[in-house]
Amino acid sequence: MTPRLQVEDLSVQFNTDEGPVLAVDRMSFTVEPREVLALVGESGCGKSVTSMSILRLLPRLSSVTGSIKLEGQELTSMSEASIREIRGRDISMIFQEPMTSLNPSFTVGFQIGEVLRRHEGMTRQQSRVRAVELLELVRMPAPKARLREYPHQLSGGMRQRVMIAMAVACSPKVLIADEPTTALDVTIQAQILDILRDLRQEVGTSILLITHDLGVVADIADRVEIMYAGHQIESGLVDDLFANPQHPYTIGLLGAVPRPDLLGQNGSRRLQEIPGLVPVLRGRPNSCVFAPRCPRATSVCGESMPPLEQAQPGQHAACFHAGKSPTVSVKKGLQR
Amino acid sequence: MTTAVMELTARAQQRRRLRRRFTRRPTAVIGLVGVAIFVVVALFGPLISPADPNATNYNEIFVSPFSSGHLLGTDDLGRDVLSRLIVGTRASMEAGVFATLIAALVGVLLGLFAGYYRGWLDTVVMRLTDVLLSFPFVILAVGLASILGPSLSNAILALAIASIPTFIRITRAEVLGLREQDYVQAAVVSGAAGRVIMFGHILRNCLAPLVVQGSVAIPGAIIGAAMLSFLGLGEQPPTASWGTMLSESQNYLSQASWFAVFPGLAIALATLSFNMFGDGLRDVLDPRGSQ
Repeated sequence: MTPRLQVEDLSVQFNTDEGPVLAVDRMSFTVEPREVLALVGESGCGKSVTSMSILRLLPRLSSVTGSIKLEGQELTSMSEASIREIRGRDISMIFQEPMTSLNPSFTVGFQIGEVLRRHEGMTRQQSRVRAVELLELVRMPAPKARLREYPHQLSGGMRQRVMIAMAVACSPKVLIADEPTTALDVTIQAQILDILRDLRQEVGTSILLITHDLGVVADIADRVEIMYAGHQIESGLVDDLFANPQHPYTIGLLGAVPRPDLLGQNGSRRLQEIPGLVPVLRGRPNSCVFAPRCPRATSVCGESMPPLEQAQPGQHAACFHAGKSPTVSVKKGLQR
Repeated sequence: MTTAVMELTARAQQRRRLRRRFTRRPTAVIGLVGVAIFVVVALFGPLISPADPNATNYNEIFVSPFSSGHLLGTDDLGRDVLSRLIVGTRASMEAGVFATLIAALVGVLLGLFAGYYRGWLDTVVMRLTDVLLSFPFVILAVGLASILGPSLSNAILALAIASIPTFIRITRAEVLGLREQDYVQAAVVSGAAGRVIMFGHILRNCLAPLVVQGSVAIPGAIIGAAMLSFLGLGEQPPTASWGTMLSESQNYLSQASWFAVFPGLAIALATLSFNMFGDGLRDVLDPRGSQ
């Protein structure tokens, strides 16, 4: 069976004035139908660039190599007109900032309807009926009245609901959610995640979730790809990965999560941080990208970038010294 | 059925809200009334003028204002000043409105494409506006009008060309900011084509500054047209226009100062009305509602 979305050997390079920057290096992953795959990493690790390259939204000065297939259909070589058909219909996206992602000059009903009229060829009347259904789907209070409201009359959480309603208007095959909850209150966050979870069931959408919030990952994702400096560092099922992190970076990430249940244990109240910053890659690295910040680094790490290999069944890590370290299971503390 | 009714009432409410936003500014209402008066006078000028504007009467030259038969007096040829003012309104309004419409149409299109697509198109358009802007408005308008030849339509064309660069610049600056907005990105993501984004999403959000520019450009063009006909480059005598009346009056300033006052007053009032009207319009057009 062909996967919903298949990304193979994806590399993205930006040709800047200061020379080339390798933002993503040979990423490969698949998203299955109704699956939630989380792309996790620090700021600047290439997770947003990966998602932008799927919809071909990167600026012209970037060069993208590799293959991105939607149900077997290659997206990278598609014509501009065809990719426009895909956008919003087969693959749609929601953004981090709900406050600015809606056009201030048009009503909510018009903006949801616009997508329907474009891709589904609906009339104004039909699109209005469908827009109410969509607003009900994202649990918008008083959906009918909202149609005539302008974005400035809505709260952040309500705007994000409208964004989601627009994104799923055409029942997309893949929904890319780029930090969908980062700008929202914690209570609203939980509601939005519930909506996304339901959409997967009701619409059958696969979700590519981009986040740096491991709490969100634990809450909603099925599988995780951990990214670091444009590289896949570790991948696996959420439960396995949280229980048995193999890569020292993953272990570091999990150690940096505040957890009230662990407070005071080990005689330490401090969060563990990972010292240093994510490096900017000018080209293919000839050593492990994480080596400069890695507690396990040895001489072999300075010789080549370790490939992503199976560390244990169903779980892959790109590390010469992969293996669990004696930390307590983190997942339990994160799950709501 | 009920939803349709509800929708209608909601629309009516929306309209009422917008109207209230306009009417709560007294200056906006005064401006609207002023503009309406000038437009009506321009449309029906020949019908409402009390006398033939071109009928000379050498027995009644320089009659003082407020005298019987001639409310605003007569000029050096004994023509009724009020009638000439009324009939001359059309030329001024035509110049103001059409010059601005032409300039806005061309300028907004060029600015939109230049700002959205950038690249060589942007470079060419912006260098051309730099060339036009390097001449002062008045010099440019006079220069173009004298190249095109003296007539009202050529004066309008000259004023339009001279007003284009400002419209290009304002539109382009707005577009440059708006194209980076998240909602434009969101529109791209939802599959909108370039022209949909430009005309559907971006242009609508440029309207407020463009309307303001329009409300500045119309009185500017009215003054410009008066200036060109003052210099003999616009409406040609004996056809009445505010500019030609001013030009004729300057020889008699010491004998008949009112002769210069009334056309000047007409220009000032028309300019003021359009400015105040534009201010009110901006309030209505901005859905975020200032204050």
